[in-house]
Amino acid sequence: MADSLLKIENLKKAFGGLLAIVDLSFEVEPGRIKSIIGPNGAGKTTFFNLITGIYPVSEGQIFFQGKDITNQKPHRVAGMGISRTFQTIELFGNMNVLENVMVGCHSRFSSGLLASGLRLPRMKREESHIFQSSMNLLTMAGLSSKAHFPASSLPLGEQKTLEILRALASDPQLLLLDEPAAGLNESETNGLSELIYSIRDQGITILLVEHDMRLVMKVSDEVVVVNYGQIIAEGPPELIQNDPLVIEAYLGGEIDYA
Amino acid sequence: MGQKNYFKLLGLSIAVAVLPFFVRGDYYLSILVFMGINSLVVMGLSLLMGYAGQISLGHAAFYGIGAYCTGVLTTHFGFSIYLSFFGGIFLSVLAAIIIGIPALRLKGHYLAVATLGIGEIVFIIFNEWMEFTGGPSGLSNIPGLHLGNFQFNTSFRFYYLIWGINLLALLFSLNVIHSRVGRALRSMHGSETAAGAMGVNLSLLKIQIFVLSAIYASIAGSLYAHFVTFISPNNFSLMVSIMFLMMGVIGGIHNIWGALLGASLLTFLPEYLRIFNQYDILVYGAILLAILLFLPEGILEGTPVLIRKLFRTRKT
Repeated sequence: MADSLLKIENLKKAFGGLLAIVDLSFEVEPGRIKSIIGPNGAGKTTFFNLITGIYPVSEGQIFFQGKDITNQKPHRVAGMGISRTFQTIELFGNMNVLENVMVGCHSRFSSGLLASGLRLPRMKREESHIFQSSMNLLTMAGLSSKAHFPASSLPLGEQKTLEILRALASDPQLLLLDEPAAGLNESETNGLSELIYSIRDQGITILLVEHDMRLVMKVSDEVVVVNYGQIIAEGPPELIQNDPLVIEAYLGGEIDYA
Repeated sequence: MGQKNYFKLLGLSIAVAVLPFFVRGDYYLSILVFMGINSLVVMGLSLLMGYAGQISLGHAAFYGIGAYCTGVLTTHFGFSIYLSFFGGIFLSVLAAIIIGIPALRLKGHYLAVATLGIGEIVFIIFNEWMEFTGGPSGLSNIPGLHLGNFQFNTSFRFYYLIWGINLLALLFSLNVIHSRVGRALRSMHGSETAAGAMGVNLSLLKIQIFVLSAIYASIAGSLYAHFVTFISPNNFSLMVSIMFLMMGVIGGIHNIWGALLGASLLTFLPEYLRIFNQYDILVYGAILLAILLFLPEGILEGTPVLIRKLFRTRKT
């Protein structure tokens, strides 16, 4: 078995007295698509926020490529090659489509305030690089004709795609997708699964949080089921579908999705 | 930076170069100088507030630090103007870093109140440190600027100095805006969470832009001190901070050209309103209120929107 790309060890997160994540340990192997499912409030998004350094970890450790990244600042985590999208769309509404993707390139370059203000040759080279690779991404997703539209003017489906493109612009090794299919119709979801496959084919590992079971079962190599901040099952999609604990968690309690 | 901005900058440079030849009298030239001084501060404020989304209600503090530093060093300690000028910048940078590191952790209203407090503290220091600042009666006999043997002793010469500096600052700002750093600033304004997740170092960037805007304000303050040769704490009070803010908002703080426009208009407006005699303040207030009501985006970006709106209602 290959060395794992991401390794979570006994992760805990408490918000005051509430334990959002009780005890989470698992590994993600490179080049795979791993999904995390579970009822609302199971701690999935919290988990993403812990990996990317948005929330401080209460206990436990997170390793990325063998390095301890527990409680790193978000921008450092991004610089190491972990990128993400958000459950509630967090596009930069004050910027256009192209600029949103260009911000995604931020961590790959280094020109600072002085170099930018003085337009040093290095900065100009970087700028044309940023522009080119961002346009390429937009072209790949068929959004290049809307490059100069305000990001907030796109329909929901395209906004979701744009978030993924922005995350890809950082050239990540690990991509965290937080409910990318929420609110999408069937054909949009099909397009999304194509996009996910093509991202995997570029060698990018994907960790997916999703409620759309059809999508999850279709694209995932492995599924982790979380309930009340704990793993209740882990394995390939076929096995998960028939796991009695999973069925109970989804059907026994209050159901939030149809 | 797009070609459009270079043309605009070129146009502005030409306008700046020929304007004094159409202006009669030293008095109006001096107003053009004040216009330049205010524009420099408001440009920095636009970067900080309009682009990066960080509020400052205390920018007169940095303006004052620049003015008092150069004023005190030249009059009390006999420093050369060059040394004292850079002393002012250095002190402002230092102050901005010391203030900024804790203050910029705050957001929204909290940051506004913190910067308000900072402005007030600096104002009190100017008032109370009598030994050097002269207290409420001010500091006079600040020497004029010179470059070698060339004295900036007329408004005409000073005008070219300040606007030359302004154009350089504008070029620098435009370069920053249309760069990786400028996009990071705006992304921070759009969503801090997402900006951080994209690798933007939020705390570093906030400090950097705070320092840059403090440098602009400090240079403007130093120039003010050397131009007027007399400064008193009232030139750097809370009302002055609010005035800078107002200039930005009226012109359109989300666009650095708007900031320039606002600073220029509001410097000139009171002069035009003299025809209303004692009612000038009332008219001034009414005009500001009307602009804020009908052009909340500021004059620069709001006017086309307003025209379109009026046009549409007339058609239906």
